[in-house]
Amino acid sequence: MNPMIPNPYIIQKVKKETQDVFTVELIPAEGEQKFSFGAGQFNMLYIFGTGEVPISISGDPNKSDVLIHTTRTVGTVTKAMSKLKTGDTIGVRGPYGSTWPVKEAIGNDVVIIAGGIGLAPLRTVIYEILRERESYGRIAILYGTRTPEDILFKRELEKLKSRLDLDVQVTVDRAARGWNGNVGVVTTLIPRARFDPKNTTAMICGPEIMMKYSISELMKSGLSAEKIFLSMERNMKCGVGFCGHCQYGPEFICKDGPVFSYKKIKHLFGKREI
Amino acid sequence: MKILIRSNFDLLLEALRKNNYKTIGPTVRDGAIVYDEINSTSDLPIGWTDKQDAGNYRLEKRNDDALFGYVVGPQSWKKFLNPPVYKLWQADKRGHNFEIIPEKIEETKYAFIGVRPCELNAIFIQDKVFTSGEYVNKNYKLRRDNAFIVAVNCVESGGTCFCVSMNTGPKAEKGFDISLTEIVKDGHHNFLIETGSEKGEKILSEIPHRTAVQNEIDSGNELINNAAATMGRVLDTSNIKNLLLNNLDHPQWDKVAERCLSCANCTMVCPTCFCTTIEDTTDLTGEHAERWQKWDSCFTIDFSYIHGGSIRNSVKSRYRQWMTHKLATWHDQFGSSGCVGCGRCITWCPVGIDITEEVRAIKESSK
Repeated sequence: MNPMIPNPYIIQKVKKETQDVFTVELIPAEGEQKFSFGAGQFNMLYIFGTGEVPISISGDPNKSDVLIHTTRTVGTVTKAMSKLKTGDTIGVRGPYGSTWPVKEAIGNDVVIIAGGIGLAPLRTVIYEILRERESYGRIAILYGTRTPEDILFKRELEKLKSRLDLDVQVTVDRAARGWNGNVGVVTTLIPRARFDPKNTTAMICGPEIMMKYSISELMKSGLSAEKIFLSMERNMKCGVGFCGHCQYGPEFICKDGPVFSYKKIKHLFGKREI
Repeated sequence: MKILIRSNFDLLLEALRKNNYKTIGPTVRDGAIVYDEINSTSDLPIGWTDKQDAGNYRLEKRNDDALFGYVVGPQSWKKFLNPPVYKLWQADKRGHNFEIIPEKIEETKYAFIGVRPCELNAIFIQDKVFTSGEYVNKNYKLRRDNAFIVAVNCVESGGTCFCVSMNTGPKAEKGFDISLTEIVKDGHHNFLIETGSEKGEKILSEIPHRTAVQNEIDSGNELINNAAATMGRVLDTSNIKNLLLNNLDHPQWDKVAERCLSCANCTMVCPTCFCTTIEDTTDLTGEHAERWQKWDSCFTIDFSYIHGGSIRNSVKSRYRQWMTHKLATWHDQFGSSGCVGCGRCITWCPVGIDITEEVRAIKESSK
């Protein structure tokens, strides 16, 4: 199979999540093939005549009959994608990249920290660990977004919040009338979460600045760099290591990442314009 | 070791063409030596040489009729193995859906005539990039597998050459089908010829040649040794990876950024630079779309664009990316330097930025 040729997928459903975030559910146009992927991987999505962008998979890795992507409309391609309807076709290449350390975290407490649209790739982790809830220790899901209206997967989060075996905390940068929850950046939730720093795996996805402060807060609590994982983002054209665009020091984000242990990229992380 | 006499050189080209190779070699055009299809020896840059220095390239007449009496021009063989622009696929709209039709891969068999040892090493480096990982660039691999390489050892060095520092020349050690050493001496004009593959032996068997005498072999070695001894530039590669990666905030990056035009010339002429972009297009009806792949450069601002802006906004960061990738992180990615010491980036830089000088400046100030 030529990795540069997109495969056609049909949109089964489009769901508006917030004012600028939407989810598409895709099924293969041809054949009965299943789409298997690991939590944290991404696909290159092609919109006819418009272009192609890398987008994380946000669905359940154990449900391989439908491919789910959640994305924010930020550029030409995502804008065109947001206008597609049920029955339209999207070109898919993938899945590409590394995965969250779901297996490695077994037996550990898990802290999931998401900022904004960063919750989408981390939702795959939530599905995975809840499937085997008893294999993990305490689980904290810390989520920060701009305003109450921007809260992603609201109903799912509410359901998770009602569970006694999960610590789900949500905070917003700017509150609105009717908001009784936390206000402030997501890092303020970290000292309140309960976990054993000697035995915890943290997974973070969000803007780099948010990941940077989350890491320093986690390390203040006693987590070590090799137990902190983050998902990085760079320009990508090919997804398979040929185009050179996603280089981050020695790493190709597309094939060595997007998920890295902080230990691996510590020497670069936070440096300007790398 | 065999000898091919100059007057039989055309027979080598003919034998290659008879074996269905398209013969590509150096030729003079627009005041430079470029690589293009050649049909006979008369297309080669007979009697020409190139004078090179930082930001400077001029062709000059030689005192002899050497066929390969120059060093390297602005182009490299990547132009053929990984073409600057090519179509990956096209798509046609079918109602709500579309069908993608992959572009057929051209089955051209190239014979590259006059591949310099540094360039041969550059090809090995691109082999690693495109064919050694989990995914393989099939277009590249097909062209590469089909290619016949006639390497030409360097008997003179250019003003910006530093292959000796990079351990990539001036003699081709492996990976060629045929290698030549051109000897113009005492009224004789011959080529020492060596084969490096069965393909090479087959071609050699189809052209008249004789066994070389010791005297001729010695002459060839002497010329190559002389080229090695007269390199235009030197790059100290000791501990270079750590040197650069430990100095990402060195003031020299600001200094070089004051001169660098971010024009991308260095990346276009570099025989190992492999970055590409894709361009998705449609026609006026909106029913037909195409995807083209094009060479790209880390010196453009778009290269690192993600929503909200470019990661590498400053020229400083783009130059640093290029040089640290070439000389440092390439080792992590592909197990070798990304530089072969051909000197093109120095020669073709419009403001004469010299990679060997930049390394030296960082090295000397961080002792």
